[in-house]
Amino acid sequence: MAFKRQVGRLPIIPADAQEFNVTCHYCIVGCGYKAYTWPMNRQGGTAPEQNKFGVDLSEQQVMDAEAWYAPSMYNVVRQNGRDVQLVVKPDVNCSVNSGLGSIRGARMAENRPSRVTGTQAQRLSDPLVWRNGVWQPTSWDDALDLVARVTAKVVTEGSEDDLVVSMFDHGGSAGGYENTWGTGKLYFESMKVKNCRIHNRPAYNSEVHSSRDMGLDELNYAYKDYTLTDTIFMLGANSMETQTNLYLNHMVPGLQGGARMVVVDPRRTLTIASSEQYAGPENVLHLAIKEGTDLALCNAILTEIVDKGWTDAEFIAASTFPDGVAVAQDDAHPASLGSLEHAMTACRLSLDEAAEICGVPAADIARAAEWIAGPHEDGSRRKCVTCYEKGIIWGNDNYRTIGAIVNIALATGNVGREGGGVCRLGGHQEGYYRPGDAHVGRPAEYIDQFLIRGLGGVHHIWACDHYKTTLNASEFKRVHKRRSDIVKDAIDAAAGGTREQVVDAIVSAINAGGLFVVDVDIIHSQIGQNAHVILPACEANEMNLTSMNGERRLRLSEKYMDPWGNAKPDALIAAGVAQAMERVLREMGNDAYADQFKGYDWATEEDAFMDGYNKGNPEVTYERLRAMGNNGVQEPVTGFENGQLIGTERLYSDGRFTRHGREDGKALFCAAGWRGWQAPGKAREQAAHRFWINNVRANIFWQNQFLDQKNDFVQDRYPHPFVEMHPDDMVELGLNPGDLLEIINDNGVTQGMAYPMPTLKRNTVAMVFGSPAGSQGNVVNPGVNELVLPDYKHCWGDIRKISDATPQTAGISFKSPEAVL
Amino acid sequence: MKCNRLVDVGRRQFLRGGLVATAGAAAATVVGTGQAQAQTALALVDYPANRLANIADLAANEPMDIGYPDADSPGVLIKLGNAVDGGVGPDGDIVAFSVLCPHKGWMLSYNAGDRTLNCPGHHSRFDCESGGQQIWGHATQNLPQFRLRVEDDGDIFADGVDELIYGRLSNVLA
Ligand code: SF4
Ligand code: FES
Repeated sequence: MAFKRQVGRLPIIPADAQEFNVTCHYCIVGCGYKAYTWPMNRQGGTAPEQNKFGVDLSEQQVMDAEAWYAPSMYNVVRQNGRDVQLVVKPDVNCSVNSGLGSIRGARMAENRPSRVTGTQAQRLSDPLVWRNGVWQPTSWDDALDLVARVTAKVVTEGSEDDLVVSMFDHGGSAGGYENTWGTGKLYFESMKVKNCRIHNRPAYNSEVHSSRDMGLDELNYAYKDYTLTDTIFMLGANSMETQTNLYLNHMVPGLQGGARMVVVDPRRTLTIASSEQYAGPENVLHLAIKEGTDLALCNAILTEIVDKGWTDAEFIAASTFPDGVAVAQDDAHPASLGSLEHAMTACRLSLDEAAEICGVPAADIARAAEWIAGPHEDGSRRKCVTCYEKGIIWGNDNYRTIGAIVNIALATGNVGREGGGVCRLGGHQEGYYRPGDAHVGRPAEYIDQFLIRGLGGVHHIWACDHYKTTLNASEFKRVHKRRSDIVKDAIDAAAGGTREQVVDAIVSAINAGGLFVVDVDIIHSQIGQNAHVILPACEANEMNLTSMNGERRLRLSEKYMDPWGNAKPDALIAAGVAQAMERVLREMGNDAYADQFKGYDWATEEDAFMDGYNKGNPEVTYERLRAMGNNGVQEPVTGFENGQLIGTERLYSDGRFTRHGREDGKALFCAAGWRGWQAPGKAREQAAHRFWINNVRANIFWQNQFLDQKNDFVQDRYPHPFVEMHPDDMVELGLNPGDLLEIINDNGVTQGMAYPMPTLKRNTVAMVFGSPAGSQGNVVNPGVNELVLPDYKHCWGDIRKISDATPQTAGISFKSPEAVL
Repeated sequence: MKCNRLVDVGRRQFLRGGLVATAGAAAATVVGTGQAQAQTALALVDYPANRLANIADLAANEPMDIGYPDADSPGVLIKLGNAVDGGVGPDGDIVAFSVLCPHKGWMLSYNAGDRTLNCPGHHSRFDCESGGQQIWGHATQNLPQFRLRVEDDGDIFADGVDELIYGRLSNVLA
């Protein structure tokens, strides 16, 4: 039986409840919400003057009403040391979501830690230090002193290259401009750490190098372009599930207004199913290509557009590089860049060749080209907005494939104009503000391999759980644990020693191959099992946090509750590490180095914001952002007039492209020749195993699965990570719905729960990515591209049944997710 | 039907009112005059017991429109044709659900093919054979199910709801 909250009544928000601006911190879309708080001894009433909405709540509310909230939107939290009642509900006045909540964001309140209701008791409340064989709670001073002493000793006895850092670079969640600045200042200004990586990939690098090298920032449009366009061209993305309210509030009105849609994806996604409902199946073209062949498809589409004369000659002449090669192919550029003619020498591919490679009819590829670029009957130009995400970014040949996508947008003049744009869709919000990272190098160090090779002595981890979100995870985990255990054993053996003796024992263990691990997170994560010091951090709204969404919309999401226990914002934790480093280095007599750690006297996250983002963007302050509310301002901010921050609706509307730093402002095309599987080992693995193990995301918990592992509503639906399979494949393997299975290949093993999905192709499965209960990364090989971008999406394995369905898995619904209307 | 129900509710409230008065009077003697008296209220929503239909009125896999706890809260009563967890009646197959989508309150429609309730708004769907579990969708709760009881004569009564119904902050409106 489905989980029910057994709630028949909720407290009513009183008319005078306090109100806060909230940007949902889970996904890139950044929907606007309002948080309301009020004292425990008060409640609103049903009469209009007694409640926040000013409506009669003794009556049934109509559909899409503002004056309703679900039990998941209510909680009791701490505010200024007192329990208060809290409602967090979608904001009808936010242009991003117009009052729509999603299954993730509309549970923000319920996913807050509460001593009263017991939600999210998994949140870390105190610093923990490995002592006496367990993690002992302790003070910040004690924990930071140990971190600084070990780190200082290792980087001074060796070098800063012995410090490995895993750090998020995103906005939303616990990221944002404040926190990326805090860690950025620590590691890129006070130190020059080059052995670092980002939360979801094994190096410190861009996910969209080629777009930037071609001159285009990857977020260049406005969400409204989806309603102004003629065609939505989507590749390797499933926005109904992963940018939900961007899809519902912007793409759907576009489709209902007559736009067509081309979707490139090996599987039939729910975005395709829903778009067929909204636009009519005749207006949705699904190109169900063979996995990893997007590049060939895009090249054939571009060839068709060029050959049919559907390019935008004026735009190309005015805004793109005219003659030959501008950037040669080299170690840092997996393809050369230059003029359209130059690109075509590498990209040219016929419809028939592409049909053969991609496994879709040539006529469908031609139709896609026509829908993207064929002029209207009256000869006018067709508008097309192009969007892509992990199917491309984590796919085969990242650099060239993104280059090939951007080629199409440039050739058709679909950038910087209404109804255009060529953008990644995004995962988290953005919120990157750091000192320069040029010292990291390009290609950057492959950090996982660096650690696996036994290099590095100290590992600082900021809200990254590589146990769940790295490739080659089986080996990584084995080595990371072994190296961490060497240090744990040394600490245990030094029990009762002075701080100095313990630090010496730790450093000796590091020199013997050990790894000292510091984990900053909001929960005790899986990689946190290897930590020696664990530091508790905050999320958005437990601190003030600024981020921008997928159309560069910058908002201040306001603090409405206290940090959990003694947790702190990451920015202030970074400041604490820096201050401890300064003190310890001075004690060590290293004054010059100690001086580099000055400048962290921040009392609040706002101080970190002023020290970082505001220095580069002096117009932008908390006060002004607060006044801009949930609609905020689209970056870049260009001024402040009449009490309003002035933003930029879309980039490159002047036809000048600058992301590559070229003075001439000309965009470059990418000579993105097709070369089959780019990453090592993929072709061999494909040949050796029956099933393609696609990894996918799910509406219900993507971007907040770490919280939802303790959320009853979610755990009731998916008690184990789902592995969707064709029913005929299930029958052949003797699997019933809900049976537990394992996926095996040379890289490792992972497990999940069989879920029948008749729309899948045979011999492919779709396994949820990043699950705490079964890491898909275990079976992904270490193959990356030239710039160390992982190809998570291409992995093959065999499948074996582990067990019959458990009582828990047997009870859930296994019906198709596609609505039948 | 609505009137009958209101009469029913009124009578029950009236009886409880007597008990409240007694407790209030006792409290008053302790706190003395000049101080506000706390109003005693019940902790749970008090659901009416409403007759929805008789088993004889139901055909297998054909939903019947109902309203519960009152006519402004539309729902369906379904004899699924096979026993399900939480089903009532001699075959254990009778269930009832709200049809207001707990996402944004659009009206769900029943698909007899796979016994699901589907939302035209944003395509959420709920499984009538799994206690209203959201198969896929945007709602942050599973579908409110009406607790049913069948009398010896086949009359089906609803007397409770297990989730908050869309559009009301109290399942029984004040
Ligand atoms: S679509 Fe994304 S940003 Fe919007 S409510 Fe859902 S999770 Fe939050
Ligand atoms: S109202 Fe039902 S899915 Fe949105």
